[in-house]
Amino acid sequence: MNETYVDAFERFAGNGGGRGPAGLVARRREAFERFAKAGFPTAKDEEWRFTPVAPIARSPWRLEGRASAPQVQRQDLAPYRFGAAEWCTLVFVDGQFDPALSHRPALPAGVIVEPFAEALEGSPALIERAFARAARPDSTPFAALNAAFARDGAIVLVPAGVALTEPIHLLHVTTDAASGTAVQLRTVLLIERGAHAQFVESYAGLGPAVSFHNVVTEVVVGEGAWVEHIRIQREHEAAYHIGLTEVEQARDSHYRSFTLAAGGAIARHDLRARLSGENVETLLYGLYLGRGDQLVDNHTTIFHDQPNCRSWEVYKGILEGSSHAVFNGKVFVKPEAQKTDAKQTNRNLLLSEGARVDTKPQLEIFADDVKCTHGATVGRIDESAFFYLQSRGIPRAQAQRVLTYAFAAEVVNEVASAPVRNALDRLIAARLGVEV
Amino acid sequence: MLEIKALRAAVGENEILRGIQLRVRAGEVHAIMGPNGSGKSTLAQVLAGHPAYTVTAGSITLDGQDLLELEPEERAQAGVFLAFQYPVEIAGVTNAYFLRAAYNALRKARGQEELDPIDFLDLLEEKLKLVGWGPEIMQRAVNSGFSGGEKKRNEILQMAILEPKLAILDETDSGLDIDALRIVADGVNALRRPDRAIIVVTHYQRLLNFIVPDFVHVLVDGQIVKSGGKELALELEARGYEWLTGVPEEASA
Repeated sequence: MNETYVDAFERFAGNGGGRGPAGLVARRREAFERFAKAGFPTAKDEEWRFTPVAPIARSPWRLEGRASAPQVQRQDLAPYRFGAAEWCTLVFVDGQFDPALSHRPALPAGVIVEPFAEALEGSPALIERAFARAARPDSTPFAALNAAFARDGAIVLVPAGVALTEPIHLLHVTTDAASGTAVQLRTVLLIERGAHAQFVESYAGLGPAVSFHNVVTEVVVGEGAWVEHIRIQREHEAAYHIGLTEVEQARDSHYRSFTLAAGGAIARHDLRARLSGENVETLLYGLYLGRGDQLVDNHTTIFHDQPNCRSWEVYKGILEGSSHAVFNGKVFVKPEAQKTDAKQTNRNLLLSEGARVDTKPQLEIFADDVKCTHGATVGRIDESAFFYLQSRGIPRAQAQRVLTYAFAAEVVNEVASAPVRNALDRLIAARLGVEV
Repeated sequence: MLEIKALRAAVGENEILRGIQLRVRAGEVHAIMGPNGSGKSTLAQVLAGHPAYTVTAGSITLDGQDLLELEPEERAQAGVFLAFQYPVEIAGVTNAYFLRAAYNALRKARGQEELDPIDFLDLLEEKLKLVGWGPEIMQRAVNSGFSGGEKKRNEILQMAILEPKLAILDETDSGLDIDALRIVADGVNALRRPDRAIIVVTHYQRLLNFIVPDFVHVLVDGQIVKSGGKELALELEARGYEWLTGVPEEASA
């Protein structure tokens, strides 16, 4: 293991990393030791076969945070707020909570939305209870690295029975000042029994920084709770982004996610949902856009641990230039998970000769009374669709844009939050050169 | 208006149209009938410029303009409209967006100003009445999850909006129950105009009870073997195609 990481961890442990409840401090050290032992994954590791992280592993990242304080104005963030400045929004600039840019309106009694540092002081018991519990350090080497070093992020608690009327937005922006910096963020979302909540987790690049975001989000969905979790990654195309989202669902709960991956030189997101109660519903929607030399990798895993659960997954990719996409979708159905209904779909549209996709569904089913299907396609726009639009007078080049937009819109339409859906719709249309 | 001369067309090595001769004047409605596999739909698709077919000989002109020179979108811009036998479903794009994009593409090609969504809505409102629809249909994805009848109505709605010189209806009656057929036919009849020609491609005479043609042509093996007035359709209804093809109809499919 690179000495830089060891030195940095000891420095951090002696400084901010030593703060907080004893359990947290111990877990950090344990996580670091795990990372130090495992190191960064290589192509020999099946889970990282198509995603060489050498550019991340060999870079001398500054682990203690950004070098200088950036100047970010309120209006710089306007494009990332979905026209909903009144939403409870925690803003993080280069991995640090920014109180001046954030907006924290009054929320129903008992709701906690705290940046990590504040929670260390104000809600240590919550941190002790939740930090690196759903997403354990042994999930991936990056998760271990994150648990060791995460110094900011957010902790959110929506108490039993509370229904939030508007989404909570966790907005992470990266500025030029973050060049050379490794940003480790940890987000914990706890939604208790019967609560109803929507979250938007955004990562946006404000400048061409070569930064490295290594983020972990833990979502614990209580019995009968309803959660929508929208993750929008639109970092600069020079940035590196590794994300892990781990979800745990109790019985009768509904969790729906939408994941957009549009930025990053290398962007990897692992989404794991554990259905650990009966009658759970899990909807995973994803859209990834690659161009230039981007590498975009989505790994999803659904653990059907209990009977009578339904999971529905649709991930779509649009690849241009010499971009490369990876999709791996695992579904594990335990022997006791009878009456599981699982459907996985991965569709990819290649817009250039140089674009490439590696897609791999992986279903491991140990129950016998289940309905599990999967389908993956990689292709181009159907000629009959081209002809239909052309026969109506729409030129072929425009038809390609419209049909590509349609391909993306089909999954964006699954976003339940209308302001986010509309903003995403415009974002995709603009990127694809379509007027809507 | 439309002049087809000695037209031959093939898919790969397989010749389907073998010397079509047809003249359609403005204001006329022509029915093209024929057994399955006779080339009726191929003729419709070739007129619209479907890339699967290669024209090997002959010519097609619309008001003197050579259509074979034109891409499908240019033909549409020149005033050709094909109502598809199997309209394509486009999930992810609303009918409103699609229709406006098509309408504006035609206007742009003709050097006219494009309509914004509000003005376009006004235009739509009037056209929707023609097919007996309310505005809800416009927010649904194009043909996606539409019934067979809804898809055909949507084709006629597009025709009403795009105002073609030459409309070709390819088996617009297939898969329609009598009520849907009546709605579609009423829409087409409302769009009959002295400066517009319509070609109705159909296997059955049924549609022609509602859209009464001026001329009927029978296509067999890629050639027009008989032409006549609307009474020819009734004769085909009574006698089938066998007397023209020499083979029982089942075998000609």
